[in-house]
Amino acid sequence: MENIFKINNLSKAFKGKKVLCIDELNIPRGLITAIIGPSGAGKSTLLSILNGLVPPDEGKIFFEDQNIIGSMRHGDHNRRSMAMVFQHAVMFHGTVFDNIAYGLKIRKTPEDQIKKRVDEILALIGLNEIALQRAETISGGEAQRIALARAMVFQPKVLLLDEPTANLDPANVSQIEKLIVHAKREYGTTVVLVTHNMFQAKRLADYTVFMMNGSIIECGNHERIFENPNDTKTRLFISGEMIY
Amino acid sequence: MAYFQEAFIMAIKNLLSFDPELYGIVFLSLKISTIAVILSALVGIPVGAVIALKEFKGKNVLINMINTLMGIPPVVVGLVVYILLSNQFGIFGDLRLLFTQTAMVMAQTMLATPIIMGLTIVALHGLDPLLRKTAISLGASRYQLVWILIREARYSIGSSIIVAFGRLLAEVGAVMMVGGNIRYQTRVMTTAIALQKGMGEFQEALALGIILLILSLFITTGIDMIRRGKVWL
Repeated sequence: MENIFKINNLSKAFKGKKVLCIDELNIPRGLITAIIGPSGAGKSTLLSILNGLVPPDEGKIFFEDQNIIGSMRHGDHNRRSMAMVFQHAVMFHGTVFDNIAYGLKIRKTPEDQIKKRVDEILALIGLNEIALQRAETISGGEAQRIALARAMVFQPKVLLLDEPTANLDPANVSQIEKLIVHAKREYGTTVVLVTHNMFQAKRLADYTVFMMNGSIIECGNHERIFENPNDTKTRLFISGEMIY
Repeated sequence: MAYFQEAFIMAIKNLLSFDPELYGIVFLSLKISTIAVILSALVGIPVGAVIALKEFKGKNVLINMINTLMGIPPVVVGLVVYILLSNQFGIFGDLRLLFTQTAMVMAQTMLATPIIMGLTIVALHGLDPLLRKTAISLGASRYQLVWILIREARYSIGSSIIVAFGRLLAEVGAVMMVGGNIRYQTRVMTTAIALQKGMGEFQEALALGIILLILSLFITTGIDMIRRGKVWL
């Protein structure tokens, strides 16, 4: 199994409190990796560090064998190889079409290509009919689907998803999960998904990482983690018995 | 009350008389303030955006200085520009710009730039932090990031231009000091009002004031329409 991210001795503290301390973690290429764990486990911080939005205090992250810590710049090649979707989707000023096209426009994609790819992805998320609607006027569920489509449309190598289905209704959750699987199957995208939803992790993940108090407790292919966890904490968390 | 009513009627009559001198003054007021506000926006918006978006040592001190300059009295700006341009002490004395329209534009640009810059900083600080993170994570370069965030803050930045333009149009101290209120050359609405008042022509001065207000109403409404409409991206 080839790894797209290799993380070594990564640590991060906020106001003196250590929130992340990872000795070693590898993220496999082309698969869906779910990062699960209780609140405050450091899952979102890890995702933000992978995307270069938050600098770590120490450690190395190799992205395709290149250490990206301290070397990522706005709009550079590595940054443009990834896209992150946040728990709360924010829409830019303009139409739904403009929002989805944003990543392609800033990459100077030809207009005809932009139209073709945005129309394709709008069909995929079932929102063609609101393509020309102002993005500020759409519902939360639609906004989250558009946010994911906006990140997927330029087919990044890595999609970093920070609880993309939190607070959404089942219909929207289902649509988003379909999109995630589509990104993996059709574009070969590596997906790193932070989720609280154990069922979702079970449904989607090929590889699972369990985090607690900023550290990796256990990781492995999802059948092993869910069916036969090595660590008691993992077992308690998965079975819903853990009180935190 | 009748006094004000008569002044209002006089203002309308003056406007309808199409007096070339009056219209020359109105046009010059607009010209000076428009050029100054454009120059201020060209400097104030990008510099304000960079200050708002970049983290650096002394940022808060710099923002406090800009906020202080937003309230600087026009006569002080007028005095600074006067000194800079004067033959006696000024480093730009040789350019012989004192008592010209260029000097007036310089003074008004110095007045409006901190206003637009300061309000741009406030506008960008007021944006949802996720907008910035989203643009970065979608691959925006530094320039593309600044541009999209300025676009997102367009309503507030547009308001800063209206505020600055209103201040320039109504400002008298600086233009009087560096322009000199020379008839047909540097006389603008506010200096004309001051002159009329000095001559004891209070009602005439008041009528000019009303014309200035009407003018200001039209201009700010126009800018607001641009700000809310489709002209702005």
